[in-house]
Amino acid sequence: MSDWRKEWRNAWRKAWWRPRFVVNAALLILFALVPLYSALAGDPFAMTLFSRIVIMAIAALSLNLIMGFGGMVSFGHAAYLGIGGYAVGILAKEGIGSGFVQWPVAVAASAFYALVVGALSLRTRGVYFIMITLAFAQMVYYVASGLDRYGGDDGLTIYHRSQFGAFTLNNATVFYYLCFGVLLAGIYLVWRIVNSRFGLVIQGARSNEPRMRAIGFPTFRYRLACFVIAGALCGLAGALLANQTSFISPAMMHWTRSGDLIVMAVLGGMQAMFGPLIGATTFLLLEQALSHVTDYPDLVLGPLLLIVAIYVNGGIDGLLGGARRG
Amino acid sequence: MAEALLEIESLTKRFGGVVASDTISLALFRGELHALIGPNGAGKTTLIGQLTGEIKPDSGRIRFDAYDVTALPVHRRSQLGLARSFQIASLFPEFTALDNVALAVQAHAGHSFRFWRAARREPELREPARDALARVGLVHRAEVRVTDLSHGERRQLEIAMALATRPRMLLLDEPMAGMGPEESARLVETLRQLKGTLTILLVEHDMDAVFALADRITVMVYGRIIASDDPAAIRADAAVREAYLGEQDEVRDEGVHG
Amino acid sequence: MLYFLEQFLNGIQLGMLLFLLAAGLTLIFGIMDLVNLAHGSLYMLGAYFAATFAAWTGSFVLGAVLAIAAALLAGMVLEVVAIRRLYGRNHLDHVLGTFGLLLFFNELVRLVWGPAGMTLSLPSEMLTAVQILPGLYYPAYRLVIIAATLAVALLLYVLVMRTRLGMLIRAGASNREMVGALGVNIKLLYTLVFGLGAALAGFAGLMQAPILTVQIGMGENILIPAFVVVVIGGIGSIRGAFVAALLVGVIDTIGRAFLPDLLHQYLSTNAADTLAPALSSMSIYLLMALVLVARPEGLFPAARR
Repeated sequence: MSDWRKEWRNAWRKAWWRPRFVVNAALLILFALVPLYSALAGDPFAMTLFSRIVIMAIAALSLNLIMGFGGMVSFGHAAYLGIGGYAVGILAKEGIGSGFVQWPVAVAASAFYALVVGALSLRTRGVYFIMITLAFAQMVYYVASGLDRYGGDDGLTIYHRSQFGAFTLNNATVFYYLCFGVLLAGIYLVWRIVNSRFGLVIQGARSNEPRMRAIGFPTFRYRLACFVIAGALCGLAGALLANQTSFISPAMMHWTRSGDLIVMAVLGGMQAMFGPLIGATTFLLLEQALSHVTDYPDLVLGPLLLIVAIYVNGGIDGLLGGARRG
Repeated sequence: MAEALLEIESLTKRFGGVVASDTISLALFRGELHALIGPNGAGKTTLIGQLTGEIKPDSGRIRFDAYDVTALPVHRRSQLGLARSFQIASLFPEFTALDNVALAVQAHAGHSFRFWRAARREPELREPARDALARVGLVHRAEVRVTDLSHGERRQLEIAMALATRPRMLLLDEPMAGMGPEESARLVETLRQLKGTLTILLVEHDMDAVFALADRITVMVYGRIIASDDPAAIRADAAVREAYLGEQDEVRDEGVHG
Repeated sequence: MLYFLEQFLNGIQLGMLLFLLAAGLTLIFGIMDLVNLAHGSLYMLGAYFAATFAAWTGSFVLGAVLAIAAALLAGMVLEVVAIRRLYGRNHLDHVLGTFGLLLFFNELVRLVWGPAGMTLSLPSEMLTAVQILPGLYYPAYRLVIIAATLAVALLLYVLVMRTRLGMLIRAGASNREMVGALGVNIKLLYTLVFGLGAALAGFAGLMQAPILTVQIGMGENILIPAFVVVVIGGIGSIRGAFVAALLVGVIDTIGRAFLPDLLHQYLSTNAADTLAPALSSMSIYLLMALVLVARPEGLFPAARR
């Protein structure tokens, strides 16, 4: 890169008003104010839409932990959304409406499945890893489709949102802020993990796994642990999603859903904590906007993804001065 | 008589029709700097690969400090104190030099299931890393990203990383390849200072360095050891000259320091 | 027993279709190191082209030939316009980019041909059932599929093993840089390979059209089993793709045919009803998991790079 461009980029990065900081802060403020807007403008749909964005951002955040920082490209991450959602849905149908039971079960079930999938898949690399994680997600999809008691292909309605003692989630504003709180907590948690000893092992393993083993790290167990953490967090997102839509169906874990999550993570910028939020917001709002404008939104969305894949290195965060992918 | 830290017994490895290691037997004594030389394709890197565990031998045994490590995986051997530097620098490119070495320190500082504290601010990791960098003369470049380091600096970083794991034995695979004369001289000095505190197996083509540092030299050709002795004997050995040293212009009886 | 044989033949037929897709995929993986999620779209286009051309010309065979040509062309154009910009990138970029193409093609087909899907009818001779064994009648067309794809497999074998182009393909599969260094026009080679893969996929699409479907999204349903075949067979290996495809085709078909009854024998009706569809669909993934545990690089991996 020529000198003046290098200097420009450094200045762009170091300015106190640097774009990344501004955009991230603006985004947070925007999201915090959505319920206010919703109330003032009389537009409840806005809160529904943004709840969904927040929840998908949590899911994308969990994927980014293993994918962006760990280099594990999982094409089956939507499975955990499904498992978490189905945990809530199944328990609700069986009469257990307490969130104190549903949500831990959702997280535990997702963590367990991630443990199994990870133990079998993490011995493979590259394309094989992508395919085998996809296959494991398909398995869950088929099992869910076969569960006639819980709606099979058509899905199952959840009549009551999770209850926490006397506290219910029926109020849309309360639910929204709960999701937002989980997202913020999730971002903070991921930030701490990534910069901890554990996180450095994960990043090192992404960067040069043979070298990590040569200096003495048993990389497998760390990557497996990371995979499980990501699965658990995504399971929580699944529980939130089931509550938000009051509906569960196998479509939650269709592989195109996993594809969407990958898109959100990459679009936002995989090396950034706020990347998944940026990506989820951009992708879902774009999807909404395009479907208003045309009957054939994917004619625009498809090529857009291709262009991002070819030209945008480091996602939107990269454009704002963040780290670029190697 | 110094005891053997590393014993290699009849190690054999074939790749298709090529015999990379042909019943190799060798003992490395504690504290010695043992050089392994030979023409390209002699099987030196394959031997190192089998010592570290990256390559599985077809037959034979490897004993490290009397402990049979032949079946031990790579990371376990590192934990036992066997460190290597790579012929083609294998580093963590997006990280700084200090980060790279600190990771090596971290690998030997207990388990890494710590999720909260920022590892880059842990003195237990950063200080030993700085020391290792200082030993190879790279501490002034600690905060530089690997991608911005010169080729010679990366080779030095390789060594710093190996040292940071506090090894008992160091396997160096052509550390001076591609280095200029000043860098080579500095590395020779570093190795000279390490002699005695560590056991070192040095694979090299730079004969000046080899004869300056080695306590013993082993010569490999086509997967077999054709000679293993002290430097003077090797220099005088006719078979060695014919097979290998004869091609090396730099080696002259009177000109080599050591 | 006869039922078993019939299902076995169905499995072979499915396997052959999978082979056509997997062969293209494995070539594209092996030589260009590209993960191509849009491969199913080319399969879909083959079916739609065939249905359209057959309707225009009134002839199934003519429609088929034109469709293959169109698929070949479409593949090569796609490669030049979009795919080649993804070479050398990491697999994530491939996944993202080709995923976008997959979405695009589904929408494009919906725009051009409408959401309803199409039909492709066969000439009457192919509709009869042929007696292969005493008491076993098998549809003639399914036999045609097996025969035709075997012929294509043979042609592919000849192409890859006995021609100069094939030699370049094999060399490229095991050492990409070397082939470039030899001064071969790599760009052209890649375009041809991609086009070949597209033609194979299109051929598979049109062959199955009369008995299965011509509709949007049909590519996705077969794409994943095709990837499973590639993974089991070993990336870059056509022989591996052939063996794995037959294995997967037979196991999937026999599984779906016999597993529900088997389960009903040993489990309660409810449990069997719930598990049967899931397990039948899962059989090929279980197979893949088993293979990968034993041989992480597949059954016949192409030479190491």
